[in-house]
Amino acid sequence: MKRLLIAGLALAAGLAAASWAAAEPVDDTLEIDGKPMITRAKAPEGLPFDEVLSGWLYREAETRDLERDSFENPAMVSVEDGEVLWNKVDGTAGKSCATCHGDAAESMKGIGASYPKWDPDSKRPINVELQINKCRTEQMGAEALPFDKGGQNELTAYIKYHSLGMPVGIDLAEGDMQSWWEQGKELYYTRTGQLNMACASCHEANAGKFIRADHLSQGQVNGFPVYRLKSGFTSLHNRFRGCIRDTRAEMPKAFSDELMALETYVTWRGTGLSIETPAVRP
Amino acid sequence: MKLTRRNVLGLTVGAVAFAVAGARITPAFASVEETEKSIMDFTGGAAPAEGRITLTAPEIAENGNTVPVTVTVDSAMSGDDLVESIIIFADGNPNPAVATFHFSELSGAALATTRIRLAKTQNVVAVAKMKDGSVFIDKKQVKVTIGGCGG
Amino acid sequence: MASKPRIKVPKSASAGEVITIKTLISHEMESGQRKDKDGNPIPRQIINKFTCTFEGQMVFECDLDPAISANPYFEFNAKVPASGTFKFTWLDDNGSVYEAEESIEVN
Repeated sequence: MKRLLIAGLALAAGLAAASWAAAEPVDDTLEIDGKPMITRAKAPEGLPFDEVLSGWLYREAETRDLERDSFENPAMVSVEDGEVLWNKVDGTAGKSCATCHGDAAESMKGIGASYPKWDPDSKRPINVELQINKCRTEQMGAEALPFDKGGQNELTAYIKYHSLGMPVGIDLAEGDMQSWWEQGKELYYTRTGQLNMACASCHEANAGKFIRADHLSQGQVNGFPVYRLKSGFTSLHNRFRGCIRDTRAEMPKAFSDELMALETYVTWRGTGLSIETPAVRP
Repeated sequence: MKLTRRNVLGLTVGAVAFAVAGARITPAFASVEETEKSIMDFTGGAAPAEGRITLTAPEIAENGNTVPVTVTVDSAMSGDDLVESIIIFADGNPNPAVATFHFSELSGAALATTRIRLAKTQNVVAVAKMKDGSVFIDKKQVKVTIGGCGG
Repeated sequence: MASKPRIKVPKSASAGEVITIKTLISHEMESGQRKDKDGNPIPRQIINKFTCTFEGQMVFECDLDPAISANPYFEFNAKVPASGTFKFTWLDDNGSVYEAEESIEVN
């Protein structure tokens, strides 16, 4: 009976899916504090879209406005917290991020737009969060920050904020990035969970349509960490896990091989879009 | 899965359970009457008139947790033509009170913007009290969407 | 919650000009309506009052209820006669008081 109940839930979801209605992304331009953002870019070769579109274009006017002005963006307090952490000495070496990297406005410019990046030591792609942990454990003599804790998202957002407006572009030629990209692509199209949905079910096949009251975007990641109206300041791997949970599937761990492959592939799908960190989403 | 009568029943129960669960998480909500009583407490029993006050709120809120609202009153904000306070209610929330703004001549204009929580689709009500005792009201319905997965 | 409140006040204004002030403070605004994982109600803890004064005189105040979103944001106006200092205070249910100041030059 329990299985049938679940099937019933799936049916309810399926009925909702049947009422998917079309709604185009808006024709609007985003400037943050007067700085123009690229919210539409020519899709990289191999994508079924002509254009890749920022999730910002799928939002209601009030949500879009929250992102235009860095003062009104509720996540900017988190970016400021990240700045404090950047300058904070931690670990046995007596260093802060700033000890080696100085002024983040200079040293971190463009960095956030180029990750995930191949890490020859661990022989896998790493994102900004894992790069921070690499610095902490190898250079600072500090503990790695646990997922979503210890200011990990604040520091990540502070670093990415220095790439605001710069186009996403990751280097797939480095190391073994290409095969991780392939694995990520495989995951993106693999249906999973009791609802039997792949990333592509929502964000490719039905992008632009409504699932119940949600306007489905292309699922671009150029704005992470984001401020969600629902849950506040939110990391990418938290969002990945939330999406996977919603398909009623087992959630891979944050920074696992699966999610690093997925981050590599999904980041590539947004090639050319501006970094919008910290973006504002529902 | 074959659609036998038993299975169809299971599916129906599932779908109904879904709908009921949706309704069950709704706590006891404030009634429109409670909001009206609170408005009377604020105005001292005077019935508020329409006009002069404008409440701006989205027609559709993508998430009820952060809904921007702005309230303004057409007033010189000096001498007797002064807005003393504006109260905001949400008549479908567990508790209808949202905020009360207070102004002075130094305010320069009777304007306030903030972000509020709305538990479901409902009316947001703003009432302004002037120095001369007159009261004005504006009301906007905000549809709060419950997302499939973004929500 | 070590974050400093964010405040936007123009550096200067002309006499009689109506200026716009924006403030944002990092705060959960725990509504008292939520329950923890064990089903126990999480006690209310909100910012319950915000005030802005100029040289000791009230400019704008707000009494907040739990229906104000996390990280309370306010935008309001001010018209000040001379140069001076705005003082901002946020009162927390737990008795904490958060304060900040911004000066303006009026010419």
